[in-house]
Amino acid sequence: MNNRLQASFDVSFAGFDLNAALDLPARGVTTLFGPSGSGKSTLLRCLAGLERSQSGFMQLGDAVWQDESKNIFLPTQQRGLGYVFQEPRLFNHLSVRGNLEYGFKRTPVNQRRLGLDQVLELLALAHLLERKPRNLSLGEQQRVAIGRALLASPKLLLMDEPLASLDIARKREVLPFIRKLHDELDIPVVYVSHSLQEVLQITDTMVLMRDGKTVATGPLTELCSELELSQYLGDMSGSVLETTVAAHEPEFALSRLTFNAGQLYVPLQNCAVGHGLRVHVLARNVGIALEKPQATTSFLNILEATVAEVSLPEADKHSVQIKLDVGVPLLANISRKSLHTLSLAPGQKVYALIKAVSLAQELVEV
Amino acid sequence: MSNIDFSPVWLTLQLATVTTVILLLLATPLAWWLANSRSRWAAVVETVVALPLVLPPTVLGFYLLLALGANGVIGGPWSELTGSALVFTFSGLVIASVLYSLPFVVQPLQNAFAAIGRKPLEVACCLRASFVDAFVTVMLPLAKRGYITAAVLGFTHTMGEFGVVLMVGGSIPGETQVLSIAIYEHVEVLDYSTAHALSFGLLAFTFVVLLMVYIFNRRNPVYE
Repeated sequence: MNNRLQASFDVSFAGFDLNAALDLPARGVTTLFGPSGSGKSTLLRCLAGLERSQSGFMQLGDAVWQDESKNIFLPTQQRGLGYVFQEPRLFNHLSVRGNLEYGFKRTPVNQRRLGLDQVLELLALAHLLERKPRNLSLGEQQRVAIGRALLASPKLLLMDEPLASLDIARKREVLPFIRKLHDELDIPVVYVSHSLQEVLQITDTMVLMRDGKTVATGPLTELCSELELSQYLGDMSGSVLETTVAAHEPEFALSRLTFNAGQLYVPLQNCAVGHGLRVHVLARNVGIALEKPQATTSFLNILEATVAEVSLPEADKHSVQIKLDVGVPLLANISRKSLHTLSLAPGQKVYALIKAVSLAQELVEV
Repeated sequence: MSNIDFSPVWLTLQLATVTTVILLLLATPLAWWLANSRSRWAAVVETVVALPLVLPPTVLGFYLLLALGANGVIGGPWSELTGSALVFTFSGLVIASVLYSLPFVVQPLQNAFAAIGRKPLEVACCLRASFVDAFVTVMLPLAKRGYITAAVLGFTHTMGEFGVVLMVGGSIPGETQVLSIAIYEHVEVLDYSTAHALSFGLLAFTFVVLLMVYIFNRRNPVYE
């Protein structure tokens, strides 16, 4: 059985062209990542059938939802999908229970994969059941909206920046629940975001979008280390390392992480040894030395590396992007002057230097 | 006062009820289309619907008289189909009232639909509801205020019509003599006490109904 989500839409809306092609594993979380106006939400609406493009194709597993060349277009309500919008969009005339049960009641019994109790527990909603939506906080409302979508037992869950309408505190409240979906339910999720922080926390597969086009698709860790894609991330470009907590050094407020090519010191983490951590090493926080610095450096993280690729972006007059190989790819951003002084070239042996404290903001538990 | 003929009252209530029911059924799809259509015809249709607001009732009544007459575009086919006429009958009054009160029902519904937007329906469709299902279970409850306003305005406005009814229906007691015309005729023959009783009744009834609507609308939040 085909277990992929394949889609292509080529369509012009008023003042906007969408030219997107997707071919994704139909499992885990795929994020559509790109700046505002890059067509992420429109693409999601096309996937849901809320917009119909004259030349469109979409297939989930073996089920064809749209194939305009054969005049196939399955209406949204027959697709069995879940959609969580930017705003909660709860039905204000119904209680929380009425909202949660709306899709559940309309799901054929033999297709129901989740029960009310299960969802109440997953999203911690039991105490809100008889309340009216307008008496809930935005964060609570969005949790209800997620629960409502889940209770329709979707074959595909679409989430359009579900945290965008929430302030930072509410984001922290809801995001763990989205991660739980990922861990506890086997529903493929397509998630729209323009926040790299969010993307780092939940993504398995990333789709980069720009100007209505899908620019690149791949596993998050691979995509983040592609030099030609780092331009899209600007200041936030950098490699993502999958690590495990190896030890804590509370006397220095540090944690030691291991990954398949070495180890990394980061500020003390509040999680147990053995726990997985995803570390986003910003390219601008990675330095390069030709010789191994001895005890005379303050850098705690010194990794043996080979220069893999050098890129001189035209738009940037003073810095260059270097792709290092430390066992896994690692991006570094250095000045053009340094490149000249070190005369770096592919194949050269160097050392990558990363300050431990520079990693304070870029760690997420996985 | 004890021998007042109340048949115009019952006839008026009957006419207003039938008209309102027909209008709500007719105006729902029309208002939905007007609220959502991007067709250039929408503006034309909107204008036609609004015409009864500004036209003198006699103008509307005149054209209705022509249309409903035995050789008119509506009256002709009608008499062939049913063997009876429309002018000076209750059925003719209903048709005239529906047209006359159309904007009072369409506009509140159109405003309600436009304010609610398509989003709640999209949500419902993403929860496996068909369009009709979503409309009935989501749109109608959300548009409740619009419907109450539309029904009350349609009902009370039909109760108060005079010019169109006079042109199309005349004043046949028990058939087309509605309250407003009965009052006019009582005044013409200087029977002020009966005219007063009927007028005050209509005034009080209309006041109470409108008051109830406004109280209801104040107590009930607008859904968005």
